[in-house]
Amino acid sequence: MKFLLKQLEEGRKPFMPGGKLERLHPLYEANDTFLFTPSEVTHGAPHVRDAIDIKRTMIMVVLALIPAVLFGIWNAGYQFNMVNQTGDTGMIANLIQGAMIVMPIILVSYLVGGLWEVAFAIVRKHPINEGFLVTGLLFPLTLPPTVPLWQVAVGISFGVVIGKEVFGGTGFNVLNPALTARAFLFFAYPINLSGDQVWTKVDSAMNSIQGFTGATPLAIAAQVPAGGDVLAALHQADYAGFDWMRMFFGTIGGSIGETSALACLIGAVILILSGVGSWRIMAGSVLGLFAAATLLNLLPGEHFKAFTQLPFHYHMVMGSFAFGTVFMATDPVSSAASTAGKWIYGFLIGVLIVIIRVANPAYPEGVMLAILFMNVMAPLIDHIVVQSHIRQRKNYLRKFSYAKG
Amino acid sequence: MAKTKEIILDPLSDNNPITIQILGICSALAVTVKMETAAVMAIALTVVLTLSNVAMSLLRTVTPGRIRMIVEMSVIASLVIVADQFLRAYLFDISRQLSVFVGLIITNCIVMGRAEAFALQNPPLPSLLDGIGNGLGYSAVLLTVASIREILGSGSWFGLQVLPASYQGNGLALLAPGAFIIIGLIIWAQRTIIHKYEED
Repeated sequence: MKFLLKQLEEGRKPFMPGGKLERLHPLYEANDTFLFTPSEVTHGAPHVRDAIDIKRTMIMVVLALIPAVLFGIWNAGYQFNMVNQTGDTGMIANLIQGAMIVMPIILVSYLVGGLWEVAFAIVRKHPINEGFLVTGLLFPLTLPPTVPLWQVAVGISFGVVIGKEVFGGTGFNVLNPALTARAFLFFAYPINLSGDQVWTKVDSAMNSIQGFTGATPLAIAAQVPAGGDVLAALHQADYAGFDWMRMFFGTIGGSIGETSALACLIGAVILILSGVGSWRIMAGSVLGLFAAATLLNLLPGEHFKAFTQLPFHYHMVMGSFAFGTVFMATDPVSSAASTAGKWIYGFLIGVLIVIIRVANPAYPEGVMLAILFMNVMAPLIDHIVVQSHIRQRKNYLRKFSYAKG
Repeated sequence: MAKTKEIILDPLSDNNPITIQILGICSALAVTVKMETAAVMAIALTVVLTLSNVAMSLLRTVTPGRIRMIVEMSVIASLVIVADQFLRAYLFDISRQLSVFVGLIITNCIVMGRAEAFALQNPPLPSLLDGIGNGLGYSAVLLTVASIREILGSGSWFGLQVLPASYQGNGLALLAPGAFIIIGLIIWAQRTIIHKYEED
């Protein structure tokens, strides 16, 4: 430790004002504060300082993501081995195969996004934003394992620059940058981001099939006609059937990090216990999903799509509901900030997810669009909450006629 | 002479109707998927704008102030109908692709705006130049946006393949939100270069 500190102190000089590498100060600063708590104190009042700064907060999110990352790596390898007809080859082989698929995607995301982050930090002369540690990891987890690497690079560039930096950097962005990046790819290259063929990587050298057609549970549920049995259709689909337990554990094809509701649940526990993620938003969106799905269940099934009859606990483990709710919706910058606002924000995300899934034929999955939409609405929700508080207090005061002046 | 130059050049950059005054955004989003439609639209608007400017300038002394808006609307509407009919007669395919947007030149804020802000106070010749200048300013942005969108989205320019056939088109560039982002980026770049920012 002493050695590291000494090295940093000695290396500081060229990066300080007047030094040769002054322009690169944000780089030095990032390194310094990453390793040690900065000795600098707050300049302006109030001088309240928490032991946990943004960097430590963000590290907590990265920690919470680790189960999803590890599971995603294993699952990418597992699906690859199952589909390429070698069968299940065991834990280690799956992990190695999965790492070969997933690691390049994560690396490209961190590298390209990091370059933009550094470029803006140098031009704008602000410290490098720690939030990127999370964005750069969240983004690859929302992508299918077959995504071309250049699209990862284009996507993260868009997310960091248009989703965040044009608004002024971390803390000013209206939308979640990782989701912005994904939405960009989704609309720019729909062939690579949606459909039946992108969720499992196929090696054409290993076998003759050109692409593996594996519809996601959501796509299958959406195709069941009115009066059909949506659960039976799910249980018969895919090579092992989509039953609830399998979708909960996540041993199905899908975007890298989102298939396992269990891994997201572990992440949720870490986020809630450490106080980093808002439990109100998560609880709100589960409630919203429950309310919307249960209301739809009451519709007469023979007249409406069978999808409306899907019970809420299936909605919770299908698609990216768990991942989106735990890691995307709770982004402290783009979510609502007031206590009541968080409940409303979360609840409406849950409701919108079900509505988009069931009612909209164009998008099989609604989590990304629901969260982005509510990101935009979050300031409005906060505004309404604050205004109604003010009105309540005024009425309260008026009751005692204190507010006459 | 210096003033004449200014009337034409000012709207090209420092006072561009789209990127600085943020007028005429609607058509800039709608017709810029391809260069072909954007170019026809740019020409149609420039012609309408120039002629309406001249007409309003000629009418400026005989138009009572209280009904000037109605007069402006009738002049612009007549010119737009002529332009629309002309396109239908000679460029039917493109006219169909432009659909309502030629007709909607009537509501394009630039035309009305220039009549109100310039033609009513100035003699015909400067009004003519002002119309051409603003038309060119509008055209410049329209063609820039359309170039970016067509090249990114379809890999072609004026229908000619300019990127290798293996290029995978960017679907977002073909959607209206893509045009919105591109216009935003152009505004960002332009204001950074000419150092003109909104005061608040």
